[in-house]
Amino acid sequence: MEFQSCVKIINEWDIVAARQLGRNVAKELGFGTVDQARITTAISELARNIYLYAGQGRVCIEKLFENGKSGLLIVASDEGPGIPDVRKVMEDGFSTSGGLGAGLPGVKRLMDEFDLDTNVGKGTEIRATKWLR
Amino acid sequence: MESRENLEEKYREALSNYLKEQTEQALYQGQKYSRKTIEHKISPEEIISFHKSTLMDTYEDLPDEVLHSLDFLLEVMMGYGIAYREHQNLKHLQQELKSEIEIAANVQHTLLGTNIPKVKDLEIGAISVPARHMNGDYYHFVQDENQCVGVAIADVIGKGIPAALCMSMIKYAMDSLPDHRHFPKSVLESLNRVVERNVDPSMFITMFYGLFDPETHIFSYASAGHEPGFYYDADKKEFTDLTAKGLLLGVEKKTQYEQYEKYVAPGDMIVLMSDGVTECRTSEGFIERKTLIEFIEKNMHLSAQEMVNNIYKQLEKMQHFQLRDDFTLIILKRNV
Repeated sequence: MEFQSCVKIINEWDIVAARQLGRNVAKELGFGTVDQARITTAISELARNIYLYAGQGRVCIEKLFENGKSGLLIVASDEGPGIPDVRKVMEDGFSTSGGLGAGLPGVKRLMDEFDLDTNVGKGTEIRATKWLR
Repeated sequence: MESRENLEEKYREALSNYLKEQTEQALYQGQKYSRKTIEHKISPEEIISFHKSTLMDTYEDLPDEVLHSLDFLLEVMMGYGIAYREHQNLKHLQQELKSEIEIAANVQHTLLGTNIPKVKDLEIGAISVPARHMNGDYYHFVQDENQCVGVAIADVIGKGIPAALCMSMIKYAMDSLPDHRHFPKSVLESLNRVVERNVDPSMFITMFYGLFDPETHIFSYASAGHEPGFYYDADKKEFTDLTAKGLLLGVEKKTQYEQYEKYVAPGDMIVLMSDGVTECRTSEGFIERKTLIEFIEKNMHLSAQEMVNNIYKQLEKMQHFQLRDDFTLIILKRNV
């Protein structure tokens, strides 16, 4: 079964729409309230990064069914400036010290799997998965 | 390790006890519980969910608003949960860094190690204590084939790791000096060239180099902007500053250093130090050189090594066991 739906991120209200989409899917899959909150927080962070640094992009939510497990995949992509130093943004205390929220290390911790592809001048795609336990 | 379900069960128990009877004992259980959850890395949002499910199971007619408010609280706590996990990780990183620095300090200790040589007619005491883990002070003794003993004391402006790295280079440069060139003036001149070429321009090193000839009992010395030491004249029972003019190492490529000489009579003493000694700070401000002389006089009856150890201990105590700068003190004493 395939399932994917997306929200375009252009202004701050779209962050709320992306959260809502993520929460609905998480509920459908049977995630508990804590995991729902983790998933929506991760979506918030990723959508906020797009809004702040790339200007626009999109957040897609996908249901995954693999080896009898179900999970939720967030794909956040943009055609923004890209990240020149990935190691640095993945460092704890780098983005948070500026008061920017959880940052990418936070997203990584909230989810089970995390993958980042970026090209300077071309854009960034982040894929993060949470599995239902 | 206790499972998550188990911890949820414990929360339920502790909370139910408190709801039944609001005793200090029950609250104490709550405090103990939080210690346990921290140990198991349970984040705040999970505890709120424990709380909510306990309430839902205990009371059937709970107003929806109460449950909704807990969902809201959980959302607010997410940020704290993230910050908590980040804190855990940073704590771990800090520990790693700390042990790395400890290892580096050991490496430095070995690298910069020097033995106090046995010299005819001369007794030597030396102590060097870093303010933090790594030492930005350096002292070194060399004995050449004529039994002349060279003493070097250097101080990098600044402290900690950058200063220590810098010092390792000085040690290397010293080791590669040719044996016949241990005249204070030429030692400083060649080290100056090394420092000028290799060290960041913002980093400066002060250094004093002295050479004692046990045959003639002449102490010749030169200084590159180093904190002046003292000379004790046993005959006059008098301390004078062991001043020597000279520019810091690494400022100017072609610096020439002046060399001074002094005949060391029996009982005379040479006191060398880093500015960590004179910059010992007490509640009344920096200690005066005069005070330092009093400390030296008080310990003069002891051996050179006991003297430096005692002076260090007394100064350390005076500043409430907090060193602000690396501390190095060397005493050379001609036997009577």
